[in-house]
Amino acid sequence: MNSSKEAIIAAIKKNKPGKLPLPEHPKFPYENNLIEQFQASIKLNGGLAKSGEGIDQIQQYLNEKFTSDQQVLSLVDGISGNFEIGKVKDPHELEDIEVAILEGDWGVVENAAIWLPEEKIIHRALPFIAQHLIVLLKVENLLGNMHEVYQKINVADPGYGVFVAGPSKTADIEQSLIIGAHGPRSMVVYLME
Amino acid sequence: MAKYQKPKTRSKMKTTPTHAAAAEAFLKDGERSHWHDDTLWHVRSKRDVAAQKIPEWENLRNNASQIKDYVLSNLDNLLLQFEKNASENGIEVLWAKDADEHNQHVLRILEENQVKNLVKSKSILTEECGLNHFLEDKGYDVVDTDLGERIIQFNKQVPSHIVMPAIHLKKKEIGDIFHEHLGTEAGADDPAYLTEAARQHLRQKFIQAKAAITGVNFGIAETGGFVVCTNEGNADMGTHLADLHIACMGIEKLIPRAADLGVFLRLLARSATGQSITNYTSHFHRPREGKKMYLILVDNGRTDQLGREDFRNSLKCIRCGACMNTCPIYRRSSGFSYGSTVPGPIGSILSPGMDLKKHSTLPFASTLCGSCTDVCPVKINIHEQLYKWRQVITKEGPSQPSKKWAMRFGGNVMSKPKLFDMMGKMARKSLTISPRGFIYNSFNAWGKHRELPEVPKESFKDWYRKNRKQ
Repeated sequence: MNSSKEAIIAAIKKNKPGKLPLPEHPKFPYENNLIEQFQASIKLNGGLAKSGEGIDQIQQYLNEKFTSDQQVLSLVDGISGNFEIGKVKDPHELEDIEVAILEGDWGVVENAAIWLPEEKIIHRALPFIAQHLIVLLKVENLLGNMHEVYQKINVADPGYGVFVAGPSKTADIEQSLIIGAHGPRSMVVYLME
Repeated sequence: MAKYQKPKTRSKMKTTPTHAAAAEAFLKDGERSHWHDDTLWHVRSKRDVAAQKIPEWENLRNNASQIKDYVLSNLDNLLLQFEKNASENGIEVLWAKDADEHNQHVLRILEENQVKNLVKSKSILTEECGLNHFLEDKGYDVVDTDLGERIIQFNKQVPSHIVMPAIHLKKKEIGDIFHEHLGTEAGADDPAYLTEAARQHLRQKFIQAKAAITGVNFGIAETGGFVVCTNEGNADMGTHLADLHIACMGIEKLIPRAADLGVFLRLLARSATGQSITNYTSHFHRPREGKKMYLILVDNGRTDQLGREDFRNSLKCIRCGACMNTCPIYRRSSGFSYGSTVPGPIGSILSPGMDLKKHSTLPFASTLCGSCTDVCPVKINIHEQLYKWRQVITKEGPSQPSKKWAMRFGGNVMSKPKLFDMMGKMARKSLTISPRGFIYNSFNAWGKHRELPEVPKESFKDWYRKNRKQ
């Protein structure tokens, strides 16, 4: 095993060009209207972002949209579900979750990517295995572009972290966009003031 | 040509179909060829719209290209840094010199963990290594979970495009494939219905799988983690439910710092399909508690390519597929005509480095229009490298004999002005009086699908002499 490592490293040393400089991280300013731009971006990804609604309205939406025999899992303070994540030992137990309500750390306006580190989702499988996804995001945590968000987060801090920018989708059959490939069939983001 | 390392000849096959012959087979179905062309051009157009929305697009391309220059010039140290950090994170890092060693690593991991069924997300590298067949021959149940890959796996094909593996198939054909393998209604070809059937089928596979294999879009030297991008979420569905995760990574996929992702992620999806980002961009740094994560670093010809000064830039590729979508040859001839894991313009400069004899016709499958170079997000000079491979291949030998003799004849004529004048006169005469079948026949490949230009009455030289006197 180590002989391959040595052979590869030796071959690189022999074949690589002379050292070239590493450029600085670029910075590009981003315009205003962050909320509107985020909404436009997520729409293109197949999702939806609402603003101006509070916790009570989200709870009401959940109560209307999902029935009591469907599993609703909330990891957001003030929003209640009917599924207790604390007792879950194996992510396979999340198989029948109908909707998961999570809180995102940061949102990127240019592409609607929301950073979900492991501690915010408890189980890595959760944002994927749920049939529907609702994510709350503070408006003050909206950033312009990807350069900005990588200055804010430490990717190595959680064992796992993911940018989620919309529901699960595919266009593998004749380029027809279909929402709900393997994961969530919908994603709604609430931008909270 | 400075410092040229001769690629190995690995193919055992005596004859490999030339790109032109394989393309001809595809072009027989004219309607399909046009449909394929239009579909890919549509993707290319979406890329343009996305790129034009970003005022700093060209700056991003420059920055990405420079980061990759740095990586290639410092690859040994960055790989050692990556290995050290990944190991400290609890990821077991393995090294593979070639495809066989890569496959043996995977097999050993599966045997050690007593796993028989596994799910896979998209990985061009495992295609390159022939991993699926290797494992299937040993009795493993390997399930590709990307929808496009599952379709072609059912159909016993390889991907015809690195981003859209089933782009060559029509929905009617996919409906037939699903009817046979998933029991969908005969004749049903609604994409939503077919996707739902695949969802139900693959969900079972995700739930059952004990191991998940993924590719790697970016490895981060600074943090010892790696990033996987999907729209379907299939890489995550697989890895987060399975007990072990095996990630397969080409050594050139490294980036120095996490913040470099800001540049590459802005470029990748926009270049690939015109999306601003894939819906899932997953950063793996440590395995789940009590679970295992392996990462295999694969060379398989990459260090050789690094030593070829004229071609090393091809290792900057981030596998977006933009060069395929824009290429007038790829769009009309489809991915299969290339007979290489990575088709299209980038494949035509990577593959000759892996096996020059097998892939000797690929650098000729280009108009050298340069569109590939223009759209490349990491600024690889693809068309220039195609031209350089042609020089290497022609010098090395096995060009088609007809082409070789024609070139030798043409070179001889053009080096002797008197002979050139005489031949010109003869050609102008004979082309006008010869019967059609004499000119348009199997010896004249140029005249197969097009008419020769109208023969002028006199040479330019004669015309100039005459008109200058007036």
